[in-house]
Amino acid sequence: MISVWDYVISFLVGGFICFLAQILVIRTKITTARILVLFLIIGMILEVFNVYAPFKEFAKAGASVPIIGFGASLARGAIMAAKEYGVIGIFTGGLTAAAGGISMAIFASFIVALIFNSKTKRGGH
Amino acid sequence: MQTIKLKKKAYLLEGYSIVGPLEGKGPLKDYFDYILKDDTLKESSFEKSERKLLQDIVIEAINKSGLKISDIDFFFGGDLLNQIVSSSYTARELNLPFIGLYSACATMAEALALSALFIDCGLCNNVVAATCTHFSSAERQYRFPLEFANQRPPTAQWTITGGGASIISNIKSKIRINAVTFGKVIDYGISDINNMGAAMAPAACDTIKAHLSNMKKKVSDYDLILTGDLGKLGSEILIDLMEHEKIIMGKNYADCGCMIFDKTMRVFMGGSGAGCSASVLNSYVLYKMKKGDFKRVLLVSTGALMSTTTSQQGETIPGIAHAVELVYEPENTKNSVAKSKQKKDV
Amino acid sequence: MDKNKRNQNYNLYVESKVPKTKAWPSLFKAFLVGGIICAIGQGLFDLYSYLFPNLAESEVTTCMLMTIIFITCLLTGIGIYDVVGAWGGAGSVIPITGFSNSISSPAVEFKKEGIIYGICVKMFTIAGPVIVCGVVGSIVCGFVGLFI
Repeated sequence: MISVWDYVISFLVGGFICFLAQILVIRTKITTARILVLFLIIGMILEVFNVYAPFKEFAKAGASVPIIGFGASLARGAIMAAKEYGVIGIFTGGLTAAAGGISMAIFASFIVALIFNSKTKRGGH
Repeated sequence: MQTIKLKKKAYLLEGYSIVGPLEGKGPLKDYFDYILKDDTLKESSFEKSERKLLQDIVIEAINKSGLKISDIDFFFGGDLLNQIVSSSYTARELNLPFIGLYSACATMAEALALSALFIDCGLCNNVVAATCTHFSSAERQYRFPLEFANQRPPTAQWTITGGGASIISNIKSKIRINAVTFGKVIDYGISDINNMGAAMAPAACDTIKAHLSNMKKKVSDYDLILTGDLGKLGSEILIDLMEHEKIIMGKNYADCGCMIFDKTMRVFMGGSGAGCSASVLNSYVLYKMKKGDFKRVLLVSTGALMSTTTSQQGETIPGIAHAVELVYEPENTKNSVAKSKQKKDV
Repeated sequence: MDKNKRNQNYNLYVESKVPKTKAWPSLFKAFLVGGIICAIGQGLFDLYSYLFPNLAESEVTTCMLMTIIFITCLLTGIGIYDVVGAWGGAGSVIPITGFSNSISSPAVEFKKEGIIYGICVKMFTIAGPVIVCGVVGSIVCGFVGLFI
């Protein structure tokens, strides 16, 4: 069922996570790749300690759209597969769970790169 | 001694500058010779655009001076791309003897200084010194892809699209190159690649100090002391550093990077790049000196000599600054090219 | 020793000279952009739940993420996403859109070097660490999962 509250909480939680990241950017001059990796690992840690599921239940898309959700799904996939299939699952589970996102990112980027050219940045507004 | 006083033989005969669309909206827009409407120059990559840009600049400068390409003895050039490809490929197209230089953004002053020395020693008659930069090619080499969504810190600078060429000759003109100072490589331990101004300011300070003391001049003897691309923060730091050395920079101090852009433009600390001092020198400064508004100008181009590899390995950024002193000589008429040619014909 | 001291002092001096921009506007922008992207995600989630009622929640989430990733790639190609990024800062990086942009932007940029050595090789220059850390991290998590 669609409820307005889902949107409000998604906006607030998602915004707040970005707000925290922006504080890091301003204070520590952290680069984009590092900040992505940092939040990815945070997501994994949340998943390992079983905090992510209740968090997502509460924050909806505010939890799944940020890269934290990506990290959590990688970790969850590996843990579930490890429980089901043992050692082989450790290696197959993570990427299987995240395959949709990664494949789409690579595929769409490839197609887009074939079609479009880069343009000079617009400065001076 | 770092400073070489010339024997009054090397003249800045003519200069030509081209800048990109954004720079062409800035405060100096009326001084540039040509403003690009399309910064790709209809080429398929930005590296090719940069080459085309430099090639156009050099050819137009030679045309404007009234000389022919065959009159040019040497081409001194450099740029910011790896292995200074833009200059080398330009030299290939022009079929000129090429002396490739690299001092990052200080390349223009280095090229000017060396060409003036060549002329002054009587080794040749006419040489061209040119550099240029392109925002988009520099961006993809030094920073991130153009379409990458990132926020620049407030200390960042904006590489300009543009450049300039100067024809240095033994034919008399109103602007003479009086002295040159080659700078030392100075490193005060700045490692933030988004704060080049702070990394280069100590080098500029050292070179200006050396030049003034060797020439036995004061700051007030110059109508303009022009640093290359320190930007807003860098020039404030330079003023402080000079004050520490008991030299007060007055109103005659300016920075090309600050001059080229408007305050309303979103370019952070101002312009940077080898083309920065080249385009300002060959437009604004040249115009003002020809009119006699400026009688003595010190151009101090500043460069940061790091590479992407060294900065990833955490090395600090060494800076360099070269200085070229230009003086106004009112007695020389503008038609000296025609005259000297007539002499040759006779 | 003397040189180190000089450099230290200079760094401190430069630090004090760097203009302090107001943090609040940029924090607010990051919050706004990040929040809006997440709200759009929620919208797509609801849309897909309505269209495909038989799918499990995790599958709907995957569909939603894939849609967002696709849209971001397209916006990157058109040249809009870098403007969003310059305005929104971390608000455009932390959502999955940032990951998507970090793959598509070098792909578009390095097209000039050819399909193999340009697009394919350079695609992961920025996002590489995310995928590497993601895979290594998930394997570590899997090991942990074996014992709990």
